[in-house]
Amino acid sequence: MTAALRPSPRSDRTWLLVGYAAITSFLMLVFEKNLPAVLQSGLLVLFLANLLFAFQWRAAPWARLVVALGSLIVVLPLVGRQNTGIFDLAIQISIFAALALGLNIVVGLAGLLDLGYVAFFAVGAYLWGIFASPQIGRILGNAGLSSVNPNLFWLFLILAIAAAAIVGIVIGLPVLKLRGDYLAIVTLGLGEVIRVLATNLTKYTNGSQGITPIGSAPVPILNSIANSLGFAPEQFNLFFLYFLVLLIILLVIIVNMRLDRSRIGRAWIAIREDEVAAQAMGIPLVRTKLLAFASGASFAGIMGVVFAAKQQFISPESFNFFQSIGVLSMVILGGMGSIPGVILGATVVTLLNLNLLPALSEQIQGAFPGGLNATLDPAQYQRLVFGIILVLMMLFRPEGLLPNVRRKIEMHEGDGAVGAVDSLGDNAERHANDGALTTGRNIGTDSRSPGLATREENDRTGGEK
Amino acid sequence: MDIVGPLLVQVLVTGLTLGFVYAIIALGYTMVYGVLQLINFAHSEVFVTGAVVGFEAFRILAPVALNAYLKLLIALFAAMLVAGVLNVVIERLAYRPLRGAPRLVPLITAIGVSLILQDLLKFLEGTQGRFNLVYELPTEFNSQLSLPAFVTSLGVRLSVKDILIVVIALLMLAFLNYLVNRTRVGRAIRAVAQDRTTAGLMGIDANRMIALTFLIGGALGGVGGVMFGLQFGTVNAYSGIIPGIKAFTAAVLGGIGSIPGAVLGGLVLGLLENFLGIISIFGSLFQPLSFLQAIGAEYKDIGAFLALILILMLKPQGLLGRGNTEKV
Amino acid sequence: MKRIGAITLALVGALSLGSSLAQTRQTIKIATLSPLSGGQSNLGTQIRNGAQLALNEYRQRFANLGFNLQLVAYDDQAEPATGTASARRIAADRDILAVVGTLNSGVAIPASEVLAPANVAMVSPANTANAVTDRALKNMNRIVARDDAQGPAAGRYIIQTLKAKTAYVLNDKTAYGEGLSAEVEKYLKANGVRVLGSEGTEEKNNFQPLIIKIRALNPDVIYFGSIYDQAGVFIKQLRDAGVKAKVMGGDGWDSTDLQRIAGSAAAGALFTTVAAPLSELPTARSFAALYKKTFNTDAQGFGANGYDSAKVVLQGVLNAIRSNGNKLPTRAQVQTAIRGINATGLLSGSLRFNSVGDRQSATMYIVEVRPNLSTRVAAELTVEPPRR
Repeated sequence: MTAALRPSPRSDRTWLLVGYAAITSFLMLVFEKNLPAVLQSGLLVLFLANLLFAFQWRAAPWARLVVALGSLIVVLPLVGRQNTGIFDLAIQISIFAALALGLNIVVGLAGLLDLGYVAFFAVGAYLWGIFASPQIGRILGNAGLSSVNPNLFWLFLILAIAAAAIVGIVIGLPVLKLRGDYLAIVTLGLGEVIRVLATNLTKYTNGSQGITPIGSAPVPILNSIANSLGFAPEQFNLFFLYFLVLLIILLVIIVNMRLDRSRIGRAWIAIREDEVAAQAMGIPLVRTKLLAFASGASFAGIMGVVFAAKQQFISPESFNFFQSIGVLSMVILGGMGSIPGVILGATVVTLLNLNLLPALSEQIQGAFPGGLNATLDPAQYQRLVFGIILVLMMLFRPEGLLPNVRRKIEMHEGDGAVGAVDSLGDNAERHANDGALTTGRNIGTDSRSPGLATREENDRTGGEK
Repeated sequence: MDIVGPLLVQVLVTGLTLGFVYAIIALGYTMVYGVLQLINFAHSEVFVTGAVVGFEAFRILAPVALNAYLKLLIALFAAMLVAGVLNVVIERLAYRPLRGAPRLVPLITAIGVSLILQDLLKFLEGTQGRFNLVYELPTEFNSQLSLPAFVTSLGVRLSVKDILIVVIALLMLAFLNYLVNRTRVGRAIRAVAQDRTTAGLMGIDANRMIALTFLIGGALGGVGGVMFGLQFGTVNAYSGIIPGIKAFTAAVLGGIGSIPGAVLGGLVLGLLENFLGIISIFGSLFQPLSFLQAIGAEYKDIGAFLALILILMLKPQGLLGRGNTEKV
Repeated sequence: MKRIGAITLALVGALSLGSSLAQTRQTIKIATLSPLSGGQSNLGTQIRNGAQLALNEYRQRFANLGFNLQLVAYDDQAEPATGTASARRIAADRDILAVVGTLNSGVAIPASEVLAPANVAMVSPANTANAVTDRALKNMNRIVARDDAQGPAAGRYIIQTLKAKTAYVLNDKTAYGEGLSAEVEKYLKANGVRVLGSEGTEEKNNFQPLIIKIRALNPDVIYFGSIYDQAGVFIKQLRDAGVKAKVMGGDGWDSTDLQRIAGSAAAGALFTTVAAPLSELPTARSFAALYKKTFNTDAQGFGANGYDSAKVVLQGVLNAIRSNGNKLPTRAQVQTAIRGINATGLLSGSLRFNSVGDRQSATMYIVEVRPNLSTRVAAELTVEPPRR
């Protein structure tokens, strides 16, 4: 795996890529259905690695395109036809990927630590959830009304973007004058506020009982396509949502890339690196930060609608603090500021959480037919495994799995040798593994935090007033 | 209504005891933040570890014929020792290798360590078949103090453990104040917090001072855990999350990095939280305030957060945080 | 490059091995779906363990018919999205014929929607929310009483036996506690009891502000729809503060941990449940002893309910096998067999489901904690779901 992630730029791997894709796709299509759970998820991981390789490896553009599109548009849906779980998982991964991309703008580009990001997700989910379920009838006192016209789904996708962005601005306005860690705790608090409101404004949200059933748009054309491809009727909705999600992800990526390279993107990076200097250069601080906050929020809003449509049920439990932490972990794991990295991070975390770890524990449980002592049951320790992964990642590869080149150089500033900036990042890459971070050597020097520190804060006091 | 006075007095009493618990935990956050500018998310589990050690101490000592206060002292020392050492180990393994990395990196390891500790604690107690740990306190801690009649007529009820919590907190604060402001070690810690490079040049071993800070912060967390156990009686592996977030909020409220700020923040938060918890009763007592009835206890936590935002808007460095001059 | 080739080869080898192994024996799997990690894992583990004991009991009977019985425990982390993902994986495993679960109604609703098209029957040991069976799914059943059966039962006891004039209603802000408390409150109000306050709290430790209010308003009865670990702390602090009002809860209180946490303060606490106290029936006593021996912890109400649910499932599967000529039944057959079951020998008596999967008529016990902290049945009521 390590070798694969860091290819030597010289060798062309077109045929290796095609061959690998063909083999894994074949195995997926033939075996995905009747394998033990662990092998099933292992195979899924190997198959998804296709996309990573298509992105990373040096290969002919046609091969990369064929492998990527083929995997996403042909193979995955076909596997999903046999195993709805994979379909559901793919959508869930995409939802989280879009969320992570949104948070990437806020945290990765603008350097604003947001610990309550999932609040905006909740806004989108509840917006559609309320209108697309009998809840709307209850609110209007019209028991017969079981939903608004489902065709309004498309309008609500747009409305959710707007609503989440507005909430982002309303929340952001008072908060964004603060910086760094104050912002972290305040966003954490506001995330909690939204969840508590969702729990307590029973009249609108049905409180902890949650809202169900939530419909989605009728798409007869897609349904008939799905039907002719042999999908079961209950899979039609997922079939539609899967392609919708792919489309949204594509849009989100394009927006992300444009933002990254635009004037405003550069302003965000400038703010992240040094607020004072950025302000001196004429960047309006609060407005620029607000824009980051709002655009990050809007991604979460639109995905909230999709999430509600996929789950057909929403309740406040889905929007707790741990979800925010989860999305943040995705961003960090993949590599802040790196679009492919963030998508990879979302994939890895979601796979681990929803597929790999549970499958592993089922397998181990299966070895104890008489009952495994609950204390020893590996299913009990998902947080432990997740925590270990987070810690080890940060210790040994803090720039993330697929780092943004500029980022990586920053991360290894203290290593000395990397100072020579090679624009292709080759140099940085070769050094990425020696002494992952500054183990001890660096201590006496500067506590400066390149990257996210909005400025130097070495004038803080410990005990002194 | 003659009912309002006693109500407010009771809220004052319960709010202050809660506030002292928050204050002691908040100190652990604020001290670590002071030297490393790191939100030590794992502190909530360090605190729970202290609570668990306290539980074990009381459990083991329950059959032993010992003075109740001596038992408490043993429990406190054990909790301080274990939690302090744990915090040092965490720092050594998860934070020290990351000095100089962007701030989000140690933050994520902190979250990771927090998750690891939650499940480790659950595992350790689980092997004994326990999950919800119930403090087996000596009976004298629960007995009510006999107060003068005019005090009880105000509705004040105090048990021995309420007094104990306040006394422990005050002793800890006095000790900490002495340590940080009156000793060489304290000066060294302050120097490291202010400027690690210069402190290093002055011959201060920054790493040792940081480790020491974690030891003190962890020990405070341990004490906070035992106080928590005293006050609420039960704890489990996941009990730290909410009090941890609140104590951190208290630290920010008071001005993070400031020791008196953490204490003030804790007290304010404790009072505010308990006051918001009873506010709906004024709705049922007074007709014109009936709208208050809708603000049930479920809103007390977000009320605290909203207050935090309000204070930060008016005073961005927190109540006692030092104004930060911009350095360009 | 070589490495990848080797991995692929190894994988193919493992694959063929796996599939050949799978075909030699006929395995019937029963799944549990409950929170095994996170804050509610102790409750979810009870369900899993209870089901495990039922499976152990039935293993020989299935072996005689030529089947290998296996329990697979799925984790839902008490979170709907995780629960749905787990349910999808359950649906994908063809060996799984039925599910015991879940703990939270909020998870049961989306999970059962996912399992319905796959005809995977669910028998819930804990979900009381009305919406769980109101959707009239073919696969969703439960052995516990609905909120709108349990709530009025509690209300009736509060009015007729406790003769309460005023009440304070609390809930834990979960789908369970809020739903139950709402039904109790509705019944009390409709029958002339003055409800002095009604609110929810997610707080696990600091009940002092609530107690200050309650003490000032001095109600006759406090009803708290919640789980025992929260209620235990509340009751303890309530009695420490000198409040004497009667306290009552639902089947979420059915656990010896309530007494363990609250200590002597638990004396006099009342709760409603369909399962007789474990100390009351001889079968329940031996279940509790076996549980303690197997898992090294005490059985709680959810453990007993998990055991009962699994028994309903297993009897249903046996019926389906029998009517299928001793051959492996389909999921749809199992689903029908479970809905049509006439289960006996449960810790909660015998059971039949109505057309939507609610228990047709159940004996609801009002259980009281004695001063010595053991429990006794204070009253028995027959409750019926609104639909037959």
